[in-house]
Amino acid sequence: MENEGKVDFTKQVDAKEPEKKCKCKDKFLEELFKTYQPIKDNLIQMLNEIQDHYGYVPMDVQKELSEFLKVPMAEVYGVVTFYSRFTLKPKGKYSISVCLGTACYVKGAQKIMDRLQERLKIGEGETTEDGKYSIEAQRCVGACGLAPVFTVNGKVYGKATVKLLDSVLDELETSN
Amino acid sequence: MEKSLVNLTIDGKAVQAEQGISILEAARKAGIDIPTLCFLKDINEVGDCRVCLVQIEGRRGFATSCIQKVEEGMVVHTNTEEVLEARKVVLDLIISNHKVDCLTCVRSGSCELQTLAKQFNMTDIEFAGVRNEHEIDDLSPSIVRDFSKCILCRRCVATCKKVQGVGAIDTINRGFESCVSTVENKSLNDVNCTFCGQCIQNCPTGALREKDSTGEVWRKLRDPETYVIAQTAPAVRAALGEEFGMEVGTNVTGKMVAGLKKLGFDKVFDTNTGADFTIMEEANEFIERVQENGVLPMITSCSPGWVKYIEMNYPELLPHVSSCKSPHEMFGALLKTYYAKKEGLDPSKIFVVSVMPCIAKKFERQRTEMKNDGLFDVDSVITTRELARMIKQANINFISLEDSEFDNPMGEATGAAAIFGTTGGVMEAALRTAQDTLTGEDLKKINFEAVRGGEGIKRAAVNIAGKEIKVVAASGLANAQKILEEIKSGTADYQFVEIMACPGGCIMGGGQPIKTSKERLDKDIRKLRADCLYSIDEKSTIRKSHENPVVKKIYEEFLEKPGSYRAHKLLHTKYQEREKYNF
Repeated sequence: MENEGKVDFTKQVDAKEPEKKCKCKDKFLEELFKTYQPIKDNLIQMLNEIQDHYGYVPMDVQKELSEFLKVPMAEVYGVVTFYSRFTLKPKGKYSISVCLGTACYVKGAQKIMDRLQERLKIGEGETTEDGKYSIEAQRCVGACGLAPVFTVNGKVYGKATVKLLDSVLDELETSN
Repeated sequence: MEKSLVNLTIDGKAVQAEQGISILEAARKAGIDIPTLCFLKDINEVGDCRVCLVQIEGRRGFATSCIQKVEEGMVVHTNTEEVLEARKVVLDLIISNHKVDCLTCVRSGSCELQTLAKQFNMTDIEFAGVRNEHEIDDLSPSIVRDFSKCILCRRCVATCKKVQGVGAIDTINRGFESCVSTVENKSLNDVNCTFCGQCIQNCPTGALREKDSTGEVWRKLRDPETYVIAQTAPAVRAALGEEFGMEVGTNVTGKMVAGLKKLGFDKVFDTNTGADFTIMEEANEFIERVQENGVLPMITSCSPGWVKYIEMNYPELLPHVSSCKSPHEMFGALLKTYYAKKEGLDPSKIFVVSVMPCIAKKFERQRTEMKNDGLFDVDSVITTRELARMIKQANINFISLEDSEFDNPMGEATGAAAIFGTTGGVMEAALRTAQDTLTGEDLKKINFEAVRGGEGIKRAAVNIAGKEIKVVAASGLANAQKILEEIKSGTADYQFVEIMACPGGCIMGGGQPIKTSKERLDKDIRKLRADCLYSIDEKSTIRKSHENPVVKKIYEEFLEKPGSYRAHKLLHTKYQEREKYNF
């Protein structure tokens, strides 16, 4: 009874933390953490690999990366949301990008972007619920001579019009 | 090695400056003031806001003087028509995306943006356009974030990351959508924030502020059924006067007590008395750990921001943390047990208000561990700033208040408790009691100079009862992290560690009067406030916690002895591993 409620502070603890096991979600991340040194400078390069592998940068992976590099998660998230190359959501089966670079914009690319959003009922940077389509805005794909330009999974459609976009979407619609 | 000097001209004045310093610094040393906004010496020197821009002859455009280094032969103009116009445009752009609700903003009067707007005679906003609208985050018990007042100076980001080593907030998104926020824009409640409030101290506007608790305190003060008791932390008396235009470091204990009584508190007690209990328990715990081969080094637990930090970041080291509650919690527990019984009060009708320099105390107060018989030890926490606001609201002329004294029988406190408010103070107070306890004598050498001063980490070896004890006092969480890494790697050769979350200790806490970046350049705020506490200690007749008659009496009548069953039940607590991110 006498010692009840008393905090036991005499219990010795091992000063050294047991080797932290990687709570990694998969082999890929495990390998990635073996390949790179845990230094801040590697942040962007590692994010690049993560984006390529998963098609986006999942939140739990950002958490793991933050622990691994000893970089606050807010900073990791800040970098991910700064660069348009990194996305927080998986892209659709058909990733459609409209170039909004200067040349394309002047040639009316915004109309194509508006039509695309209207038809797919999603905004820029979003993916349709069925995972089929996603929309992105791009800054110059290096084909200004063909302006305005949009791409579907990397395939370029030049001298684009709303009509061309409609026909491409109609085709995708029937192709599953 | 002496740094070489360069010669330059600033506003026609020949100036010699150390190589490597900025134009801003060189100008200030030469008595030429350049306005700044995002600049925080040594913490945020990024040239972000462009308010400090100047002209350099032979160069196109403007240079940001906070990051542009001085060069030999440079001719700088800080005050030309072009410069002043350019600064005005910069300000106009900043204000165009700022929620201008100055009349109802808590920072009105202490806002650096407001001051600049006045200085630049901003009578109209030319670039009024689309404004960023953001939801206010007021879910945490301590901090409110209103991003629509943020000017993206990043002072808070730099403070959180560099000074505190936490990184709860950062700049996210891009372009017009850029904002200072957390991961996924979560509430600070759900991320790795420690609620230290240093971000508030460094925010030039009202984008970051404390969660205001004055409303609930007013309600209780007006409720005749409730017995409202105030207790005040040591650091409050060293800074409260600043809110009323008094010199930094003025001791306003008497006026503070008088003010609280005028506000209608039934009793006004001193948290310092609680601090004396903390010392009794902590010194006893330390001696027990040493004698019983317990976990060493032992680390102090008075700073709730620090406790949350270790719970989130180094849970494996929690056995090192003293099980002592912080002083105001100990005191609250005694008020609702010993004092209530003594005075014949119903503990459930007592409402304990802690006046603290700290906003993490608001979080600590509502931890489930801080309860006894279903009642919280402390019912509300207000900061130094909130108390000042209440005094102003009640139309009390603080400056002309006659000094008043703390109420008895719980109002007696020692000099040892007063210095709790500054880095190294808890350590010094504990050492005074530990050395007397171990030698059984009333030792006269009680000033431990080695743990005084403003350094972030202070190491000392002290001789106590013929035994050398190595101690460390660290303040600022980035410094705390260094100590924790030493303990973790097994290189720590010390036995007793004091950690305070805020750099400089409680006197520089997140709830203290806010000083502009310029005021902090001109004055050593930390030292002035610390000196105030050390002088209270010097003037005290009793300077050792174990000699406090109130402490002696309560141990005799109620607690029995330090570390007793009842002491553990009321005055000690437990910690828990905490997730950094709740998602």
